[in-house]
Amino acid sequence: MRAGSNRIDVTVTDVVVVNELVKRFHFERTHGGILPTFSGGAHVVVEMRDEGKTRLNPYSLMSSPLDTRDYTISVRRDDAGRGGSLFMHREVKPGQRMVISNPVNLFSLDLRAKKHLMIAGGIGITPFMAQTAQLAGRGGNFELHYACRNDALATYADVLTARYDRRIHLYRDDHGEKLDLEKLLSTQPLGTYLYVCGPAGMIKWVRATAAEAGWPDETVHFEHFAAPQPGKPFDVRLAVSEVDIRVGEHESLLEAIEAAGLNPPYLCRGGVCGQCETNVISYDGKFLHNDHWLSEEDHRSGCKIMPCVSRFEGKSLTLER
Amino acid sequence: MGINFKQETFRDDFSFRNSPEQVRRFPFPFHEDGYMYSVNIEPHVPGAKNTVFEHLFDVDEHYVSEMHDRALVLAEDPLRCQSLPHMTLAGWDTLELLMTEKAKSYPEHFSLTRDGDKWHWVNRPLGIDDRFTFGDTSTLPYDPLEYITRQSQGDFAVLDQRDGNLWMDAGIVTTQADWSLDFDIGMNFFEWHAPVPLAHEMGVFKRALKFLMALQQGQPARRHNWTMTINPRLDTSPENYHKWGTDRTTVTPENVGDKVHLRVEIQMFFRLPRSNALLFPIRCYLIKMDELVTSPKWARRFHRVLRDLPPELAEYKGLVRYRPTVVEWLSKYDDGAPTSPGFGPD
Amino acid sequence: MSAASMLSRPVYGTLSPQAGKHHLLVADAEGAAAILDLAKNAPADFFAKAHIIYIPGASGPEYIDALKALNPERFYEGPSFAAALPRLRQTFDAAHMGTRLYIAGSEGLIGQVMQVAAEAGVDHASIQTEQRGSLARRVQCVHCKGITENVTTQPVKCSHCGLLLLVRDHYSRRYAAFQGVCINAEDPTDIPPTEEIFR
Ligand code: HEM
Ligand code: FES
Repeated sequence: MRAGSNRIDVTVTDVVVVNELVKRFHFERTHGGILPTFSGGAHVVVEMRDEGKTRLNPYSLMSSPLDTRDYTISVRRDDAGRGGSLFMHREVKPGQRMVISNPVNLFSLDLRAKKHLMIAGGIGITPFMAQTAQLAGRGGNFELHYACRNDALATYADVLTARYDRRIHLYRDDHGEKLDLEKLLSTQPLGTYLYVCGPAGMIKWVRATAAEAGWPDETVHFEHFAAPQPGKPFDVRLAVSEVDIRVGEHESLLEAIEAAGLNPPYLCRGGVCGQCETNVISYDGKFLHNDHWLSEEDHRSGCKIMPCVSRFEGKSLTLER
Repeated sequence: MGINFKQETFRDDFSFRNSPEQVRRFPFPFHEDGYMYSVNIEPHVPGAKNTVFEHLFDVDEHYVSEMHDRALVLAEDPLRCQSLPHMTLAGWDTLELLMTEKAKSYPEHFSLTRDGDKWHWVNRPLGIDDRFTFGDTSTLPYDPLEYITRQSQGDFAVLDQRDGNLWMDAGIVTTQADWSLDFDIGMNFFEWHAPVPLAHEMGVFKRALKFLMALQQGQPARRHNWTMTINPRLDTSPENYHKWGTDRTTVTPENVGDKVHLRVEIQMFFRLPRSNALLFPIRCYLIKMDELVTSPKWARRFHRVLRDLPPELAEYKGLVRYRPTVVEWLSKYDDGAPTSPGFGPD
Repeated sequence: MSAASMLSRPVYGTLSPQAGKHHLLVADAEGAAAILDLAKNAPADFFAKAHIIYIPGASGPEYIDALKALNPERFYEGPSFAAALPRLRQTFDAAHMGTRLYIAGSEGLIGQVMQVAAEAGVDHASIQTEQRGSLARRVQCVHCKGITENVTTQPVKCSHCGLLLLVRDHYSRRYAAFQGVCINAEDPTDIPPTEEIFR
């Protein structure tokens, strides 16, 4: 279940500056041929070799699932992050060879929907680029509401509007345009499914408003990959493999486990899929849970951790791994 | 060097039998002298030559006759092939997977030519030569799932993945071990498995579901299951149980060798790319007791498995009436010698 | 194969008021009592946004006044499920997201209203259900596919093809029915006694 066992060698064929924060990367198979077909909402994990360190970051595929001669992703530069996006922005150039995983979809369309209502914030637009292309190709009924800071940062708003015209609704902060979510949610036909991707605050707001308006949980889909946070270094004992490791400041626990030569399972590396869930055998200190997978109860219990995004501070930590 | 397709029947005069080569490649399902449910899932990678695992989708000497039997079942009962409206895309995914693999594995029998969405499919054993537009259902005589599975051995369930579960929203089922697709359509993983004894309590289904939900494209998996069938009947459906149920009372010590069959299902799991659905092919292999005992190890081992099978499993699999007769018959082939570990003959 | 272990069997709960813009409540016979119980915990404006569809059946007029006294926005009383069906379909067609569905009464009614709701795009997991009154089953004959209503005995004769059916606990939401399988297929001369068990 490791992306590592199912990797694709690709060559960067183009790097496009979309605006001051976002760059788009195009990948083709290094050895020729089309890339695997995928479904709208899927992501790939991109491997970055950065001065002896390997970083694996998930990015939503934004090209059309109907055309897999190349894959494209868009990366927003995050100056405060651990450097994955900075590496993509600074180091990755056309002609460069890279390795990506097979596509995995943790944010797929519910094809039973009579209508798909999509809400995007900022760079959260990328999975919708692929989903709208997929739906439009089959005459699907969708409507996209897209909030951004200003025209300059309305990434792909022009492309979407050109393609889908009035099905795209744009809300620019600096123009004082605001999405009236309550009203929008109250006028949707039965059988509508809601999808939201964007900053954590926006997802929370949309989910809460939808719940309040009587939208059942099953009809509300959201995607929010947590980015692994930098933090203080800490030591861990891996009891099953009998190794001691140190997790560096700019490294995730999962990456440190992999650096020790182990192959723990993962899919999303963003705290949402549940694959990397690991039992805690003993600990003395405090957990910094950043995942969206475990329940609050699990978090409090100190029995489980999601090594792709969560950290630890304290004297000792022993994991069943 | 093509496959030598046989003309035979799985009903009425039951002329089905395996050639000696086919007996040798039979996927004997017991790796030890006992059997209990477990999460027996392994990667589905192409295996050794002259085994049923040589290709991702095995085509064997019974292909043409099995497809004829499927056509007979569907003519009688069209409800054996169903697809809820949101599953059409998964149907196209299935068609692509089966055509591509068949053409790759058996170029002498199947060929596929793609020019964008204009496809040309040739199935020589069944005499089919069709040109169609991929994605356009009006260019095929059936919906894509039915079209391609009328040309593929084994049953197929297509599972939609949503809300943390798998949903049986499409399929074609004509060679089943007594379950009804028509009844199970729309159920989730736990619901369609509801009648299975013991396994829920053992946690088998919870763990299996977690694995399947994370299954990735390009990394198929497989498991096997088994039961027994009286006469080489492919369609042991609940729909027709009132017609074949009496077969179970016809077993005598004299006819065990010819009448009683071990039925093995190789079940596979594929993530489908466009729909994110899961394809579950269930390929059924039958072997007569007379054929089985040509391998001394298989004879000894199956005797022990059947003799010691937990009663709940024997009841669920419908073996209760004839198990003692078959165990008695098999005991003649079991001298008590130890068997070697693993699946293959000694 | 005890009922408790059959995971395809729906689990019915107790109706409770959900967040929502509109509420559609459908009940037959003693299901009305479940609506009256829900009313005890409902917010003050709940019934002002509610539509009640009630099929009194064997309960006769017993609950009608009490239901009307809840002052629902709309109230409909119908002679049978079949008679109420076109109205139910039309109600779903016109409904918006934010409409919550509550069904109470016999298992047959709950299942059949869920069928109509599913066609309209309502996810079954979002529906509030409560079983009240008769435990009689709808049974689908796996052989001829006909559905026999109001089954109270084990086994039961299929009202369409006449086979003697074992009523299983295996349940299909799509058919809103339990599965009936020929009980003496292996030995047709074996005719087990009939017992009244689903009441
Ligand atoms: C997702 C694909 C699967 C489908 C569509 C499927 C379908 C079924 C069906 C329809 C039955 C018959 C139930 C009945 O009596 O009505 C069955 C039986 C069973 N299934 Fe599955 N199954 C799947 C995956 C699995 C997996 C992954 C496991 C375990 C690891 C499993 C274990 C079993 C067992 C133990 C039985 C009882 C079989 C016997 O004793 O003959 N199934 N399955
Ligand atoms: S890898 Fe998905 S939750 Fe950790």
